[in-house]
Amino acid sequence: MKLNRRAFISTTAAVAGSLAAPMVMAQGRPRVVVVGGGAGGATAARYIAKDSKGEVDVTLIEPTRTYYTCFFSNLYLGGFKEIDDIGHTYGGLAANGVNVVHDWAVGVDRDAKTVALAGGGSVAYDKLILSPGIDFVEGAVEGWDMSAQNAMPHAYKAGSQSELLRAQLQAMPEGGTFAMVAPPNPYRCPPGPYERVSMVAHWLKLNNPTAKILVADPKPKFSKMALFQEGWNNHYAGMVDWVGEDFGGGEVSVDPAAMTVTIDGEVTNVDVCNVIPAMKAGRIADLAGVTDGNWAPVNAADMSTKADPDIYVLGDASQQGDMPKSGFSANSQAKVCANAVRGALTGSKVFPAKFSNTCWSLIETNDGVKVGATYEATDEKIAKVDGFISQTGESADIRKATYEESEGWYTGITTDMFG
Amino acid sequence: MTPDTSDPVVANAAVAAATRSDETQLSAGEAAFEQCSGCHEVGQGAEHRIGPHLNGLFGRIAASHEDFRYSEAFQRAGRGGLEWHADTLDAFLADPRSMTSGTRMSFPGITDKTEREHLIAYLRLFSDNPADIPEADPTKQATDHDLDPAILALVGDPEYGEYLSGECTTCHQVSGGDTGIPSIVLWPDEDFVIAMHAYKQKTRNHPVMQMVAGRLGDEEIAALAAYFGQLEEE
Repeated sequence: MKLNRRAFISTTAAVAGSLAAPMVMAQGRPRVVVVGGGAGGATAARYIAKDSKGEVDVTLIEPTRTYYTCFFSNLYLGGFKEIDDIGHTYGGLAANGVNVVHDWAVGVDRDAKTVALAGGGSVAYDKLILSPGIDFVEGAVEGWDMSAQNAMPHAYKAGSQSELLRAQLQAMPEGGTFAMVAPPNPYRCPPGPYERVSMVAHWLKLNNPTAKILVADPKPKFSKMALFQEGWNNHYAGMVDWVGEDFGGGEVSVDPAAMTVTIDGEVTNVDVCNVIPAMKAGRIADLAGVTDGNWAPVNAADMSTKADPDIYVLGDASQQGDMPKSGFSANSQAKVCANAVRGALTGSKVFPAKFSNTCWSLIETNDGVKVGATYEATDEKIAKVDGFISQTGESADIRKATYEESEGWYTGITTDMFG
Repeated sequence: MTPDTSDPVVANAAVAAATRSDETQLSAGEAAFEQCSGCHEVGQGAEHRIGPHLNGLFGRIAASHEDFRYSEAFQRAGRGGLEWHADTLDAFLADPRSMTSGTRMSFPGITDKTEREHLIAYLRLFSDNPADIPEADPTKQATDHDLDPAILALVGDPEYGEYLSGECTTCHQVSGGDTGIPSIVLWPDEDFVIAMHAYKQKTRNHPVMQMVAGRLGDEEIAALAAYFGQLEEE
């Protein structure tokens, strides 16, 4: 961590020597810098700007001009959405008074309290909120690294990777094999890989019904397992072959050049291979020196990091306790954090932390399921209070209502994030 | 086309005729109104609740109660000259959102034409001559509850409510949009509080709402009611 910081200082020194670096700074007002414009970062930036009514200077650093939500990207894969349906821009945040900077944050100087930008220059902060999402653990799947992401896409950050995987799915030969390497815990969106299997099966059932889906999973069980397996049996009988830990699902390697997947010594030729490797916090959390292992430990009451009281980490990158890594969780944590940060900077009232999460998944047309829970802050962690899950054997009406609810939620949360 | 409802003779005759000719229709209409009574009152002493009261509906311009905050969609419809009669009500009830897209009325509509006719005949009773409305039955109260009056009397802190509302707005839209998930803005405080306590007591059925309401205290529910009740439409 120290090394990273030193490396950063030497970089800024070089930049300062070559040109006058522009400082994005406001006069007098307390400054909040948010890195990452997803469910955590966009929400935090919007809430702090909106609720402080101009008292706090808020800068959001996000490299992409159009953000594609990971949630509902499986529905894009299944043909229920088009890519534009899950794309969002930052005009609404700018209208709320957020300075939106489209650049990469490449370093954090915790002593000087500045964030370095890839395009040169730096942004000063009083409070820094990092919401960088996930990166992949190198070497997690034997034979796969980031250079293989075009041959074997992860599609676990939405956008061009999602488009690539959909194109590959649609180009599959008749009766071909779609393979997935599922990730070990903990990872972004626990039901995500299995909703993806459902959406791929939905598309294949309509367009390539003799095709097969092979899933290598290092886990013995997964989120909403009974619901997904019931759905796969009901809708896609014989199509999905899920190989869990007990059957060697964790003993997996891939060969992107040969397009083979080897599970527990057995080699299979596949037509598409979706590799979802083990995950860790987005790189900037590491560069800021606030991670411990793969994730950034935070205090449950306000999402501040254990390493630095002026740096907060939201969403997937944080290690907070019982909440799943989901867009809903990140949005929920962002509001708690925004309230605490605003209070710390302006003296506004800080209310006790309350968190909640619900994850909807679509199994087949009008067959939606959900799982959710409420959480509270304890000294030790974010702790689960109460929860629920859809039941197997529910009526078609309930499942349809659940799906429609998820559509409503999508509109709700994206409005909450982007204004 | 429509009887002159300001003329008591015509109005009384209409009621009498309706009563004579088809009491079955009216009781079927009353039954159909059960779908509406969660939000609307009609009859003696009816007041605005989540939706406006429906006395004197026939012949009225849409969104014309000055003491009710209508959605922008309804105000637009009213400015456009929408007037409530059997034919316009029939079209509206068949598909509320296609007629007034953006209405906060979280109701998918009644597909059965006969059921709509019964309902409209029933509503007609309270338009022809409100003076004839019976003292008790068939007045419908929007809210039926046994909540402690002390809980209803709590005055919520809208600032606290605004903070707490973050948990709601992940799904419910502050703009009042209600596709897939109902609108919760601009409800009367009392209705909001009653609904949330019903979820909390699990007498109202929805797992997410039972969970969310389950851990909210009385003060918190009052704060949320105060906040969402005073929101202006965006």
